[in-house]
Amino acid sequence: MSGTIAEPVARRTPSRGWAAVGVLGEVLMTLGVVLLLFVAYQLWWTNVSAQRAADSLAQQLQDSWERPPAPGPDGGEQPGYVEPEFGEAFAMLSIPRLSDMVWGMPVVSGVGEVQLAQGIGHYPSTALPGQVGNFAVAGHRATNGEPLRDIDRLQVGDEVIVETRDTWYVYTLERDEIVLPTDTWVIEPVPGQPGAEPTQELITLTTCNPRWASTERWIWWGSLTETIPKEDGELPEAIAAGR
Amino acid sequence: MYAWIWRHLPGPTPVRVLLAVALAAAVVLALFLWVFPWLEPRLPFTDVTVDASSTAPSTGGDRTTAL
Repeated sequence: MSGTIAEPVARRTPSRGWAAVGVLGEVLMTLGVVLLLFVAYQLWWTNVSAQRAADSLAQQLQDSWERPPAPGPDGGEQPGYVEPEFGEAFAMLSIPRLSDMVWGMPVVSGVGEVQLAQGIGHYPSTALPGQVGNFAVAGHRATNGEPLRDIDRLQVGDEVIVETRDTWYVYTLERDEIVLPTDTWVIEPVPGQPGAEPTQELITLTTCNPRWASTERWIWWGSLTETIPKEDGELPEAIAAGR
Repeated sequence: MYAWIWRHLPGPTPVRVLLAVALAAAVVLALFLWVFPWLEPRLPFTDVTVDASSTAPSTGGDRTTAL
């Protein structure tokens, strides 16, 4: 590929038309390579970087839980109910059926690109874990760690376990539905009843459907079935079995 | 295009090969660091939230964020 090959070609001085075809060919091949690189970026690199971000956030969260809590505005009376700051990780989520993907995944306040690339995103206006109302979260189903990749494997009765600084909350999934991306009613305190006063502690998972097209959203709802304060020293059954 | 770049790389062949590899690596790095992250949200794979403005025009007063 040195001067020995290039020289005779240069000496022949191809016509302008052929030179243009040559450049076009090179541009097309370049575009093909760039596309392949983009596929590698999406299918491989975003998962690697999201996994790293989630691991480091989970570690930071564990470390922060080992330190005494910062006093809340009311003197730290209810540490479990302190509103997390936007972008802050405040809980960890585990789904035993999807344990290969969602086990100790950090839950980050916010559902923007940045938050969702670090773990599970929490819709900031919705309830916190264990609160009456709807604890609504979103997770990627393709690329960026894809925690909810296998949402189609979830079944009624499956558990979603949320760990906070001081409590384990076990939610049990009750029903799912595929809705439109604009159906924000799914994360209302009482889904589908705007303005209704919530009486139950619910959880909502949202992700995209179909996996690579995102023309719809796959929603799972569940409700709180078990609350275990950490000071009791017990673990939810699935967590104990998984460790 | 590539022949032109090759002709304009300085030095003997081994140096040119090294330079060409470095150039290619720089381009790939730029793609992964800036171009692809910019392109990604413009494709549908990463839309996982319910949001009044995601496909239809926003009706206003919606509380779900899309950053």
